[in-house]
Order: sequence, then structure tokens, then C-alpha cells
Amino acid sequence: MSIGLHNSEFKNPVVRWIDQRMPVFTMMQKEYGTFPTPKNFNYFWNFGALAMVTLMIMIATGIFLSMHYAAHTGLAFDSVERIMRDVNFGWLIRYVHMNGASMFFIVVYIHIFRGMYYGSYKAPRELLWMLGVVIFLLMMATAFMGYVLPWGQMSFWGATVITNLFSAFPVVGNFIVELLWGGFSVDNPTLNRFFSLHYLLPFVILGVVFLHVAALHITGSNNPLGVEPKGPQDTLPFHPYYTAKDSVGLVVYFIVFAVLVFFAPNYLGHPDNYIPANPLVTPPHIVPEWYFLPYYAILRAVPDKLGGVLLMFGSILIWFVLPWLDRSPVRSMRFRPLARVFFLLWTVNFLVLLWVGAKPAEGTYVLIAQIATAYYFAYFLVVLPLLAKFERPLPLPESISRPVLGGGPLPMGAAAKPMEKA
Amino acid sequence: MLRNSLKAFALALGLFAAAPAHAAGEAIPIPDRKFSFDGIFGTYDRASAQRGFQVYKEICAACHGLRLVSYRNLRDLGLTEAQVAAIAAQFEIKDGPNDEGQMFERPGRPADRFRSPFPNDAAARAANNGALPPDLSVMTKARAGGADYLFALLTGYVDPPPGVTVMDGMHYNKYFPGHQIAMGPVLNPDQVEFADGTSATVEQMAHDVSTFLQWAAEPELEQRRAMGVKIIIFLTILAGLTYAVKRKVWADVEH
Repeated sequence: MSIGLHNSEFKNPVVRWIDQRMPVFTMMQKEYGTFPTPKNFNYFWNFGALAMVTLMIMIATGIFLSMHYAAHTGLAFDSVERIMRDVNFGWLIRYVHMNGASMFFIVVYIHIFRGMYYGSYKAPRELLWMLGVVIFLLMMATAFMGYVLPWGQMSFWGATVITNLFSAFPVVGNFIVELLWGGFSVDNPTLNRFFSLHYLLPFVILGVVFLHVAALHITGSNNPLGVEPKGPQDTLPFHPYYTAKDSVGLVVYFIVFAVLVFFAPNYLGHPDNYIPANPLVTPPHIVPEWYFLPYYAILRAVPDKLGGVLLMFGSILIWFVLPWLDRSPVRSMRFRPLARVFFLLWTVNFLVLLWVGAKPAEGTYVLIAQIATAYYFAYFLVVLPLLAKFERPLPLPESISRPVLGGGPLPMGAAAKPMEKA
Repeated sequence: MLRNSLKAFALALGLFAAAPAHAAGEAIPIPDRKFSFDGIFGTYDRASAQRGFQVYKEICAACHGLRLVSYRNLRDLGLTEAQVAAIAAQFEIKDGPNDEGQMFERPGRPADRFRSPFPNDAAARAANNGALPPDLSVMTKARAGGADYLFALLTGYVDPPPGVTVMDGMHYNKYFPGHQIAMGPVLNPDQVEFADGTSATVEQMAHDVSTFLQWAAEPELEQRRAMGVKIIIFLTILAGLTYAVKRKVWADVEH
């Protein structure tokens, strides 16, 4: 790139003056204005934008909450209740933040589901996918630490259970646990560092989201057909087409969000977290937040402590290598009759894990959790590699604009060479 | 340290295994009680909540605090400025230190939080046979079933079924988890005299105090629901408009 003023196309003199020196307007125009986007997105493609908006809402509400919150074991619970009672619209800010965490996970789970169903993780989008997994891991850490802050019974005992998981690792385990605690049990130093990290990590997430979007804008978006756009007839400028479509999804999303915040703000929470933390009284039933239940089910499905912990972490880390486990060149499961069935089964299986994670670990529940855990991993490690070899995909459309040719014999080698790389 | 962590972990794992079994095995269905604040448009019955405050003040407050609520909050229940000041003044609040460095007692002011009956948990236990009467500020949010549970608990004292021995100093309650509760059947017919002439049956007092405690736990409930209705109506209209715009923008695209 040559040195010197940028050749700006903007007419407004102020915009032009800035753009020549720092072409942010040109960049925005390129990435969010004219950005060529496949024209066949369905509403599943809203969820990336929804996740971005939710992150903004969480950061904004979180900043206001932290102005009134006191990160001290003796003050935390009461300071949260003070926000609920005495801070102007404090109850609104807190309920939005609290339910925003749940909404964030719902949105991101659907976003991940969409990526898996339409094969958005496949070449050339592997790194984009992996950055997404990093975001998800950071979200989990942030949500976990945020749940500790109100310092209720579930905060305290959830923190005790989860931090103790790290002690399963040989040699370094206890060092990690004491590092997390800042002492020899979950106590004031733990609360302090969790608050600090809970404030820090969202900005790390923001950074990785930026990389996620940057990578997306190199490869371009996947689409429901999984066929790369062949030319301008297959794409639309992002604005106004997808700004308009994302807006529809966003407003509908806000309605769901509002129902939760205004009419059932504690529905997804646990009553025990309105009891102040007491290290001497263990609640009868320690459960994590609902969005952690599938992994919790996997943890408890294994009778061995270290094994359970490794499988639990492995259940997400395996997503990193998904692009290499699924070698089928066909992206969209619309054209993979077998993979589609196995994947939808995997989705149901994930919901089974979520359900069984909230049940006591005994009797039939353990067996269900074990079968579900086995299928969770078998899908990645056995089903996908085998399907890549043996599945015969349906004929792919020639391009996004031209649907599949109806009837007639398949052209030679259509199944063997189902997709052309753009 | 290794042993301690392992112990904590084992304890935690054991709790997963054992405790839910307890919770699952002992799940007691809580009967649904009709309250004025039920449903999405429900509001607080002010008369009931005021009577509930009287029940709390004359009976519950002997053992249970309400430390997160201020006297001034009672204005939300329809009490006047003067009534609230008079109520607050009935309580001696510890304040200080004064300019001689001494703590002193003064009559309560509307801005004060409700005075707790005991200076600390140890004092509360000492006065209650080792049991700790929990603070009631967020009680309806802290128990599954909320106000329904409180009502059931307060009216759930029955004779223990045959074969069940109630421990010394404990009482049998149909709805308390484990059924043995340190708090006795504190509500007795005509124990308080309501100014509005309502007959003070146990059921009436339990209903009123449950309403009062629901308000104490969620004073923002009415404002929250009123705002929610407006916001959802607004968003629904906005959704229609946004969808119309989207249709218009996409009208010329073949897709």
C-alpha cells in the first residue's frame, strides 16, 4: 500500500478529511455497506448479529452494575440487593444483565448449531470457527465468575465445586486451585479476583469477536446451500438487505428478552442464590446455571474424577478439530441425508444431556448420561469420519441463483466431485 | 492442602450424589394459593400487605429481621409520610459514635433500615435454642414456590403421622423440607387485631404476611410489569414496522 492520503470517495468535507487520513469510513462502507453477502440467508444467520448486540448489552449493563457493586464477602450480597431496591432502575439493569447471560448462551448455542448444520466450520473457514470456540470458552469462564459475584449460596458452592475440578489434574492441580482461590478455600480473595476477571474477560471476548469478524470478512459468509457464491448474481450488499433482515430478528429477539426480564426475571435462576453465602451450610442440591448442565452431565457420567474432568473439557475442545474430523466436502447438511439425521440426533442428545445434568446422579439418570456422553463423542470421532467416506451426498446446486436441476440423470461424477472450491 | 482439596471435592461430588436424592425423594407439592400479585398483571393488595406488615411487626419481628427494607419503603404500601415516621419512631436504633465517641440509641427515622431483633447470628441462635431465624427480606425469592410456600408453611403445622418422632424443640410441618422445623406454630387465631375489622384467622394472617413479604422481596414488581407491558407493545409494533421495511427492501430481489 502506498504512503500518502487515502483516496476517499466520500463527498462530505469533514468525513472526507478524516477518511483521507484514517479511512475508517471507507472500511465501514466496505465491510458493512457494500460487503457482498450471499443472498439466500435464512433467519439462522441473524444469530451472529444478535450475539454481538448481546455482548454490547452485557458490557453496558455490567459497567453500571459495577458502579454500585461491592466485591467483598461481607458486602456483596447486600450491595446487589441495594442495586435492586435503591439504585434508580437498578432492578432493571441487574435483571437485564442476569437474564442477558442466559440469552447470550441461547443465542450462541443457536449460532453454533447453525455453524454445525450448514458446515460453516469447513475450509476455508476453519480459523473463523476456531476463534468462535475461543469466544465460547471465554464466555463460559466469564459467566461462571459472574454467577459467583452476588455471593449467594449457589455462588459460593458452585465456585467451590467448579474450582475443585482443577485439583483432578496431577502435579499442577492443587497449584491451579490455590491460584484460583487466592488462598485455601473460596473466600474474599476469590471473590475479588473473580470480579476483576469478570470485568476483564468481556473485553478479551470483544477482541476475539473482532478477529472472528475480521476472519469472516476474508472468507465471506457461508450460506444455507453451502455453495460458494459464483458471482455478483449470488450476492447482495450487506446494507440495506441484511441490516434490514437483522433488524427484524433483533426486534423479535428483544421481545423474548423482555418477556424474561419483565415477567419472569428469576425463572432461569436458582432460589438458593437469594440466600447469602454460608460456608458452613451446604445447599441440598448444588446445580450450575442451566447453560452448563450438558457439560456437568458429562462430568458426572464418568465414575473417575480425572476422567470426568478430562471428558468435560474435551467435550468443548473437540470442537477445535471438528473441521478435520468431518472431511466431507459437502458443507450444508441439506445435501447430506445421513449426516443430517446423525446431527439432529446429536442436537437432541445435547438437550438430553442438559436435562439429565439437572437430575440427581443416580440410577437410570447415570445410565442415560453415560449413553448420551458416548453418543456426544461418537458423533465427532466415529460418525463424521465414516460418513465422509461412505455417505453419498445429494446433487449440489450449480450456484446459489440456480437451484438443483430437476429430474434427469446426474452429470457424471457429481457425487464424487460434489463441490467446487470458489 | 492436597487432602483438603480432595476432601472438598469428594464432599461436593458426594453432595451431587446424595443431596438431590434427598431433594427428589422429599419433593413436597406446594398447593397453589391465589394471591393478588399472581399472573402477569397482578399487583399488591395494599390492604392485605398493610395487615401483613402488622402481622410481621407484632409476631414475626420477635425473631426475624427484615434488614434490607427501610421504613420509608412502607409508603409504597399506601402509608402516609406521618404514619411511616410514627412507625419508625417506635424503634430504638443504635447510632454513633457521637462527638464524645459514644454509641447511643435514638428513635428510628424513615430512612433507617428495619431494626433486626438480634445484634448478630450468634445472639439469635442463643435466644432460639440453637436455631437461626433467617432474615425475611428476600424470602419469597429464596424458596422454591415463593409466597405459596410461605403460606403453606405457616398453615402447615399438623400432628406428626404415626411412627414419626419429632425431635426435642422441633415441630412437625407438612411443607417444610424434612418436616421438622424449629419455628413453632406462631400464628394463633385473633393474635392480632386488624384495624380494618378483618377477622384474624390463621389463614388470613398467613395470607397477609405472605403478601407483605412478597412485596418486601420484590418491591419493584408492579413497576416492572407495567414497564414490561409498555415495552412489549412498543416492540411488537416496531417488529411489524421493521418487517414491513425488510419486505420493501427485499421486494426487488429474487430469492
